[in-house]
Amino acid sequence: MKTFTYLDQRPQIVRDRVQGGDDVPDGQTIGAPILSADGISKSFGSVPVLFSVSMDIRAGEVHALIGENGAGKSTLMKILSGFLQPTSGHIRVDGSDKELPGNGLSEALGIVLIHQELNLAEQMTVEENVFLGRELRNRGVLDRTAMRATVQSYLDDIGLGISPENRISDLSIAQKQMVEIVKAMSRDARVLIMDEPTAVLTEAETELFFAQVRRLKARGTAIVFVSHKLAEVSAISDQVTVLRDGQWIGTQATKDVTPDTMAQMMVGRELSDLYPPMNEVDVDADHVLDVRDLVAPGVNNVSFGLRKGEILGFSGLVGAGRTAVFEAICGLTPRESGTIAFDGAAADFGTVAAARDAGIVYLTKDRKEKGLLLGQKMRPNLSLFALPKFIKGLSVDRAAEEAALERAIRRFDIRARDPNVNVGDLSGGNQQKLLLAKVMECDPRVLIIDEPTRGIDVGTKQQIYHFIAAIAAEGVSVIVVSSEMPEIIGLCHRVVVMREGKIAGVVTGDHINESEIVRYAAGLKREHQQ
Amino acid sequence: MTETTMSTAKPSILRGFDLKAAGPAIALLLLCLIGFLLNPAFLSEGNITNLLTRSAFIGIIAVGATFVITAGGIDLSVGSMAAVIAGVMIIVMNGAVETFGTGITTVLIGCGCSIILGLGAGLVNGLLTTKGKIEAFIVTLGTMGIYRSLVTYFADGGTLSLNYDIRGVYRPVYYESFGGLPIPVWVFIVVSIAGWFLMNRTAFGRYCTAIGSNESVAKYSAIKVDRVKTLTYVIQGLCVSLATIIYVPRLGSASSSTGVLWELEAIAAVIIGGTVLKGGYGRIGGTILGALILTTIGNILNFTDMISNYLNGTMQGLIIIVAVWLQRGDWGRNKSTD
Repeated sequence: MKTFTYLDQRPQIVRDRVQGGDDVPDGQTIGAPILSADGISKSFGSVPVLFSVSMDIRAGEVHALIGENGAGKSTLMKILSGFLQPTSGHIRVDGSDKELPGNGLSEALGIVLIHQELNLAEQMTVEENVFLGRELRNRGVLDRTAMRATVQSYLDDIGLGISPENRISDLSIAQKQMVEIVKAMSRDARVLIMDEPTAVLTEAETELFFAQVRRLKARGTAIVFVSHKLAEVSAISDQVTVLRDGQWIGTQATKDVTPDTMAQMMVGRELSDLYPPMNEVDVDADHVLDVRDLVAPGVNNVSFGLRKGEILGFSGLVGAGRTAVFEAICGLTPRESGTIAFDGAAADFGTVAAARDAGIVYLTKDRKEKGLLLGQKMRPNLSLFALPKFIKGLSVDRAAEEAALERAIRRFDIRARDPNVNVGDLSGGNQQKLLLAKVMECDPRVLIIDEPTRGIDVGTKQQIYHFIAAIAAEGVSVIVVSSEMPEIIGLCHRVVVMREGKIAGVVTGDHINESEIVRYAAGLKREHQQ
Repeated sequence: MTETTMSTAKPSILRGFDLKAAGPAIALLLLCLIGFLLNPAFLSEGNITNLLTRSAFIGIIAVGATFVITAGGIDLSVGSMAAVIAGVMIIVMNGAVETFGTGITTVLIGCGCSIILGLGAGLVNGLLTTKGKIEAFIVTLGTMGIYRSLVTYFADGGTLSLNYDIRGVYRPVYYESFGGLPIPVWVFIVVSIAGWFLMNRTAFGRYCTAIGSNESVAKYSAIKVDRVKTLTYVIQGLCVSLATIIYVPRLGSASSSTGVLWELEAIAAVIIGGTVLKGGYGRIGGTILGALILTTIGNILNFTDMISNYLNGTMQGLIIIVAVWLQRGDWGRNKSTD
């Protein structure tokens, strides 16, 4: 068992240094806030996700909102833009309490949220998108000339070299992002809230994007943005607010904090018996899987080895290429170069079936879209991956399927009120257990689990962690890909941290802690790979 | 373990009775009752035999269509495919008379030719859809036009007629009976049983359902999606060729009007039978009932003066809409919990 004493050393000073609003004699925070959150709490059903969070947003200021996955950033942004209503607390616009209208109607107040998955009609033109729902009319007929001219002036204004007549589907992601910004500008946005705008942008595109942000800031627009890239937060923001587990941890002027301090503020959590005791792995055991110089879409020169019975963690930010590595290994996406050795022999899995037959299975992070047939029952779902095993003569052996289902229900404690229920009607936790049972039907020797506990309750999480440990104890090598730092730390013998398609570093044993991983993931620390 | 996990007992007989699955059978029984009440001759042996024989063409094609639709595809080309296969069969058999005479060999050559063409045409549809990544609707709309114009071209705008002597040899395939049932009905039965087995008992059927439900899940579950989808079109082609083999001796000719609207009747039979048009749920038994229902409607209209025979299409159309409306009610309830 590891100890996590580090985590108790929460940077308390931060709280003491937090400024209290207008009375701070700081050049950048002069002026009353346009939009403020005052003691906002939010619960979904009985699950609290935000605890009395406060935040002030001022004109001409870029305010970064950071925190780990699940810290409540998205919820706070949705409350700030009216898409969700707080359970308690107040939203103030220009100093007076206001109940923000939902469904994007807050745009009338000048508050615009740009979702991470952009809201543009792909088959329509830039001009049509910008004016969608507010088309200019001239005696009942669309006034295209006027609309085109308006959009063109905006595009010129931000220096974007596209035409109003370009179709959205022909644009790059960065350009689409810019179109969203133009759309917000055309709605006279006073507050622009952006959810991870740079997550999908390249470095060059990010630069272009930041140039626009600075321009907007100069015009007096208040900007709130969420990012996991701490270097970017340092580069562009004036204020930074940190959330952790739904709690407000601190608000600081960015110039007063280093990315390292930010990382420290983001992490920190007590870990109890959530995780099973860790078995020592035989460090002399042979490598089951050896990947050398793997290159694939989104993956750049990745090499690693996996021992028998080892639990290897893959950490990193969303979009760092972790999933892409394993989709390439398992034959789901084509590889460009690199070698894979399985049991010391070269292996080239062209199809998922070939990987499965060799003993490597991949459990997707997207259980609803890629994992389970929601409209079907548990039995066909359970046997689907390992179906060749269930063939007797020409037909599927239903008795064997039933027996396997009964075993899986017992082994993985799948709780269904009725075995004939559609899988879509099971709870998320039971779906995840069924998915784990489904891939385990293939009797794998290497099990790759992508986000093992996404969107499931803590009790089921604990069960799944124990299943994973038990599977590894049986001699199966397990790779856990996860964005949840605690589970990586609590489960894994060794952690590979990825960043921008490459391996940023490998952390082993006692060195596995959150700040170490965050530093690699955010690009603050780099390990020279041979 | 909790009590809930122990409740994996067998469902009771009553729960096993699925009203939705029984719907097409109930509809067919009702139609037969109406037919009998209107004219007792409806249930005469001669009429039943006639009804089954006429159902065979659409029924056999619809069995193939069930696979295509279950796997999330659609094949609009089957009617034209039947026409062009019939045309080429006739040309080939007429041409083979000089070498092989007017015996059974020539007929077998024609049948072999039909099967090769059917498999080939299905393969083309399948590969264009999967490897070419073109929507099935577009691909088969295109091949539908191509096949239709080809048969018109081969017939030079008129009719292709089978050599009179071969017709005599080939005729029994449609008109003769075996053990009390006409040969087309036997073919229909064999195709139905094979189709049912393939769909409900083999891995292939399971894969079709999985792909139609969610292609990504299928891909991540080690299913060779392109291969399975292509095979559904090949099966469809095979079914069309079998239907054509029993259809040609009926008239001994083929023209540009052969097999017109068969694709729609086949799709209608599949949908009436309870298969979901967007894929993921296929019922061969339902398809067979669907084909019988469609033929029965036309047959009943022949027996009564109450509704003009010209309104056959109207009745079929109404039945299709009502059948799907009834299905939606059930599916809607399942989906609402998503």
